[in-house]
Amino acid sequence: MHIYYFNICKRKLWLFSHNLNFEDENIDVKIGKVIEEESYSSQKKNYMIDNINIDYIKKNKTIHEIKKSNSFEEANIMQIKYYLYILKEYGLDDIKGILEYPKLYIRKEVHLDKNDDIIIEKQIDEIYKIINDKKIPNVIDNKICKKCAYYEYCYV
Amino acid sequence: MKRSYYLFSNGELKRRDNSLIIKNDKTSKYIPVEDVNQIYVFGEISFNSKLTNFLFQNNITVHFFNYYGYYSGSFYPRESLLSGDVHLKQAVSHLNFQKRLLIAKEFIDSASFNISRNLKYYNRKEVNLETQIKDIELLRNKLNKVNSIEELMGIEGNIRKIYYSTWNFFINQNINFHKREKHPPKNWINSLISFINSLIYTTTLTEIYHTHLDPTISFLHSPSERRFSLSLDISEIFKPIIGDRLIFSLLNKNMITHESFIEEFNHIILKDSSKKIILKEFDERLKQTIKHKKLNKKVSYRKLIRLECYKLEKHIIEEKKYEGFKIWW
Ligand code: SF4
Repeated sequence: MHIYYFNICKRKLWLFSHNLNFEDENIDVKIGKVIEEESYSSQKKNYMIDNINIDYIKKNKTIHEIKKSNSFEEANIMQIKYYLYILKEYGLDDIKGILEYPKLYIRKEVHLDKNDDIIIEKQIDEIYKIINDKKIPNVIDNKICKKCAYYEYCYV
Repeated sequence: MKRSYYLFSNGELKRRDNSLIIKNDKTSKYIPVEDVNQIYVFGEISFNSKLTNFLFQNNITVHFFNYYGYYSGSFYPRESLLSGDVHLKQAVSHLNFQKRLLIAKEFIDSASFNISRNLKYYNRKEVNLETQIKDIELLRNKLNKVNSIEELMGIEGNIRKIYYSTWNFFINQNINFHKREKHPPKNWINSLISFINSLIYTTTLTEIYHTHLDPTISFLHSPSERRFSLSLDISEIFKPIIGDRLIFSLLNKNMITHESFIEEFNHIILKDSSKKIILKEFDERLKQTIKHKKLNKKVSYRKLIRLECYKLEKHIIEEKKYEGFKIWW
């Protein structure tokens, strides 16, 4: 989740990591949760490795990440890459990542590319910096804010 | 949209599958749990632990009123949004005297601004309130220089005295209202104010619940005063805007008159039918929307209370200085 938020909004990452969430009331988040629970209820899901949540591992070779929409495609991809990266640290390097949008009938394969390790390590460093910073990052003033659960909190 | 439910009849409130059900000898009525934000209990209702757990899970607060219609307490589910950070900093903001005073001043500054705004509205040719408005402004100017919470409360008390003294002038009923008395109110207007203030207080409490603030750590009122004293603090700002304006309209439209009350054992209490009128109007007001300048969208009066909590939270985590809500229209 941290990597995901990092790639969407650093302020969101800070709020989230300080337990400042209002997500329980946001309809998009609720829908997301329901999709996650309903779509693949027969599969084994939600493996916890090193505090990360992996939607499920099928025949132990593929990890799936299920998302509602592809509007944060970059962040979605980075999130899977991060899982692949962690699994690789555990010695599992022939795992495939699949990004799924059940609502859109899209699935996408995601691999760890050559430079990804470096990119991810750099992001992790930055994430720690942001989280440990006493000051909350500024509002990003982007059009995505309108749909964000923090909109009122950020802009009031 | 979630809303408030007001229970007047006696009976039993139970969980039935995934719904709430209110039952008595004659009827049983389902209440879909997703619709409920808070419940007001005016009648005699019995409860079991299965129900309370269910209310917990659904983040529902319940407010109880006693036989006389006075607020007696709330069922406040375990905090669903917990942040250690906010909690610690809120405590620090209370313990650090300068920090506490700064926030407390802001509450009174906004509240008294809103009071004075109400008077300006009624200050027309036939009712001249210039002197009173000026006096309130003079008192408000002193707010910057106060050095203690007691002084602040003192000024607030004086502002209110002036404010209440004007009500006889612009309410077109013979209300014979001279001063604010609380326990128990000896004049029907006092009784009305107490009832409506308790609605503001409980609504604020429910809004606080949906933030990370701890309702027991306050700044203006002392935390020992009442269990959820932060709710008293924030209510100050909204009493003139939501509560008093509701009172003025109820009285000037003769929806509430002396006849709406009965006297019983030395208490002047609202009839149930009058309470229902008030609650309906109160509900409508909370739903009314205004265009919010900063958010650039319409927000309800209820949301304004929530936003106030957000602003306070942002102040507490040292992001943005808190500025209390001042009516801008
Ligand atoms: S509203 Fe905008 S700035 Fe605030 S957390 Fe959401 S995306 Fe970030």
